[in-house]
Amino acid sequence: MAGDKVPQAAEKAQVTAEMAARADDAAAKNRRAATIRTTAIVVGFIALLYVVNVLAHGDLLRPGNITNVLRQITVNAIMAVGQTFVIITAGIDLSVGSLIALTGVVMAQIANALPFSGAGNFAVTLLVGLAVGCAAGYVNALPVVRLGLPPFITTLAMMQVARGLAFILAHGQPIPLKNSAPFDWLGTGYLFPGLLGLPGIPYAVLVMAVVVIVFFVLLARTAYGRYVLALGGNEEAARLAGVDTVRVKTLVYVISGGCAAVAGLLLMSRFASGAPQNGTGYELQAIAAVVVGGTSLMGGRGTIVGTFFGALLIGVLNNVMNLLHVESYTQLIVLGVVILLAVVLDELRKRYLAAR
Amino acid sequence: MPGPLLTMRDIVKTFPGVRALDGVTFDVNAGEVHALVGENGAGKSTLMKILAGAQPADSGEITIDGKTVTIDGPKTAERFGIGMIYQEFNLVPDLGVIENIVLGVEPRRGLFLDRAAAAAEAAKVLGELGIALPLDRKARRLSVAQQQLTEIAKCLVRKARLIVMDEPTAALTEREITALFALIAKLKAQNVAFVYISHRLEELPRIADRVTVLRDGRAIETRAMAQMPPDDLIRLMVGRALENHFPELPPVAPDAAVVLDVRGVSAASGVRVNDVAFQVHAGEIVGLAGLVGAGRTEIVRAIAGADIPTKGEIRIDGKRVVVRSPRSAIAAGIALITEDRKAQGLVLGMTVRENTTLAHLAQFERGIFIDKPAETSVANAEIAELRIRTPSAEQVVRNLSGGNQQKVVLAKWLIGHARVFLFDEPTRGIDVGAKAEIYALMVELLKHGAAIVMVSSELPEVLGMSHRVLVVRGGEVRADFARGEATPDKVIAVATGVAA
Repeated sequence: MAGDKVPQAAEKAQVTAEMAARADDAAAKNRRAATIRTTAIVVGFIALLYVVNVLAHGDLLRPGNITNVLRQITVNAIMAVGQTFVIITAGIDLSVGSLIALTGVVMAQIANALPFSGAGNFAVTLLVGLAVGCAAGYVNALPVVRLGLPPFITTLAMMQVARGLAFILAHGQPIPLKNSAPFDWLGTGYLFPGLLGLPGIPYAVLVMAVVVIVFFVLLARTAYGRYVLALGGNEEAARLAGVDTVRVKTLVYVISGGCAAVAGLLLMSRFASGAPQNGTGYELQAIAAVVVGGTSLMGGRGTIVGTFFGALLIGVLNNVMNLLHVESYTQLIVLGVVILLAVVLDELRKRYLAAR
Repeated sequence: MPGPLLTMRDIVKTFPGVRALDGVTFDVNAGEVHALVGENGAGKSTLMKILAGAQPADSGEITIDGKTVTIDGPKTAERFGIGMIYQEFNLVPDLGVIENIVLGVEPRRGLFLDRAAAAAEAAKVLGELGIALPLDRKARRLSVAQQQLTEIAKCLVRKARLIVMDEPTAALTEREITALFALIAKLKAQNVAFVYISHRLEELPRIADRVTVLRDGRAIETRAMAQMPPDDLIRLMVGRALENHFPELPPVAPDAAVVLDVRGVSAASGVRVNDVAFQVHAGEIVGLAGLVGAGRTEIVRAIAGADIPTKGEIRIDGKRVVVRSPRSAIAAGIALITEDRKAQGLVLGMTVRENTTLAHLAQFERGIFIDKPAETSVANAEIAELRIRTPSAEQVVRNLSGGNQQKVVLAKWLIGHARVFLFDEPTRGIDVGAKAEIYALMVELLKHGAAIVMVSSELPEVLGMSHRVLVVRGGEVRADFARGEATPDKVIAVATGVAA
């Protein structure tokens, strides 16, 4: 390998300087390329939105429609954030759709049973919901970390158990909130309604923003997040580097269960009831958002921002097709193709980068 | 007398940076057992892979029955009657013995597999040799010896005339070995030839007719086994004078304190480690020599908590430490630089910076956040210190060369405060320049009072870079040589079981 030759002492300084200069050069080139790429994507996206907006007679970019899209993606985006952690460890969580139902039913019953209303009612309900979601996540993780069972199996089992439990607890019927007042702000309320003639920001969207930001920070800026990525990239290397892999792995399922509980709270608040059939099939939507967002199912790679945009893309696509009056069966086909395309493009991009 | 069954002439094979085979000529007669010996990396595996069609040769000629042939793949090798039995068997664990024997050459009736014909064929081959195997049992439930017999039957069903066996006795009991040798003798009588690769020199006189010694990619000598006393064999294998590219080892101070004290440690993952005890002083390198599979890696893994010791005690600076996980070992000041950097040492998809700080991330936490600028400056310091050739700390380590990857692994452990460094094959597969840098680094660590244990399969390296050499065989320390006493012959003799 010519590039690896040990340079003679006399040349060394010069060579080192050259290497540094070349490295700087390469880095700058990479940065430029990245900027150009990002700009191209953003410009293309805006142009596309503009065209669709014209086709939809201006409905797409109406403020009311924008808040609508954002509100529609909240449940999926929040679930997908939790799912991202699991998938980065090369796992999968199939139970989140059922956990939405289970936590929703439990929370509706708690809210109805509490002798007090107001913020206290909301807080206790939320905590119980979170406890149920996190506990379910913990149970998901146990056989995975202790026995090395595939997460596909343990979470598939939890998917069935949680769904069955939700139906039993609710006697097969949706449980309406007797007093929905503590939850109305989250279900239908807006921050700054009417300000500047705009509809305001739905509180549900704010909750989503908080979840996205908190978990973005956790994954990208803390030691825990680094360990999640390292474990997904090479579990044995992480273990030998002293990472408590059992704890790190257990927590990703707890996070996913907790996110499902928050999503369950949003859904319950919106409908003022907890229904055992809620959330059916949502786990696959969440996985789709994660994958479209560039997280590798093989583990080791993924971002929360990517997941958010994955959920957003799917949401916008649904919305656009509704505005353009695309038949709902056709919408399924389009969505499927888009998911596949996103992953194929990502794969081609990776190959291109590797081949360079 | 007819010519040889197989001749490989002037075989050359080059890998990036290494001339693995440098014009090897080798022949095998029908009905002969031809032993192939040499140190790790001498070229035995490469030569056999070329014969099996697993890798193409750069140049050279192969003749079978006097006819020049081109072996361009495993199927072709099979057609020429060459059977390979690797050390790691190639059986499908969940298929039965019969299915494994006829795998890929299944008798058919129309569209369907003919189970009866398959069973008959397997029974015929086994019956002729008087082998009893539980035919319906799945391969995963067979003993090692039974799996090996299945592999042999596989070769015979394919009408193999030459069978290559790589370390066939490594995992067998003495009784199983005797049975295997009897079987080989029977097949020899039927004119089947064997290439027999083994590190166990003491068993060669029992089985081999001729022996060829490979060294540094060359066939050094071929002789009748009867005319090859063990001493000659060892001398031919080691051959060269130790190349002197090792740095001067600073002597251990006479009053140096014991840093690592291993007392009666046993472990039961992989090769069983049994009652291992030794001490390493500040500023001392203890080399662990031995054959592949002797249990050296398992010993250092037990010390580092990678496998959990079942018995014994480990002391650092006189204080007992409880090693229950890599985490607790790291906290106690033990760093394990693993043998297989890709599988165990690095997260290949992460950057140089991220890999460098992975084991000591707590040092870089400010509040709940990772202090990335601090990480970057430490990573850059290590890049400069170890002369890691990378465009920047943000390079993904997958894109680095082997030597530079190994330096990233070292960087990961250097930024901590380890007292004990366990190096497992620290220079495997890296170029000479990077090797010299790693040796220099070890000397540097010694000067700071570190205690080093080095596992290496390269004999010159163990001898050149150790103050003391422990020879390991069967998971136990069999000999303890001071630097002056450790000669290649003595070490190999103990490692191969020729001497006690």
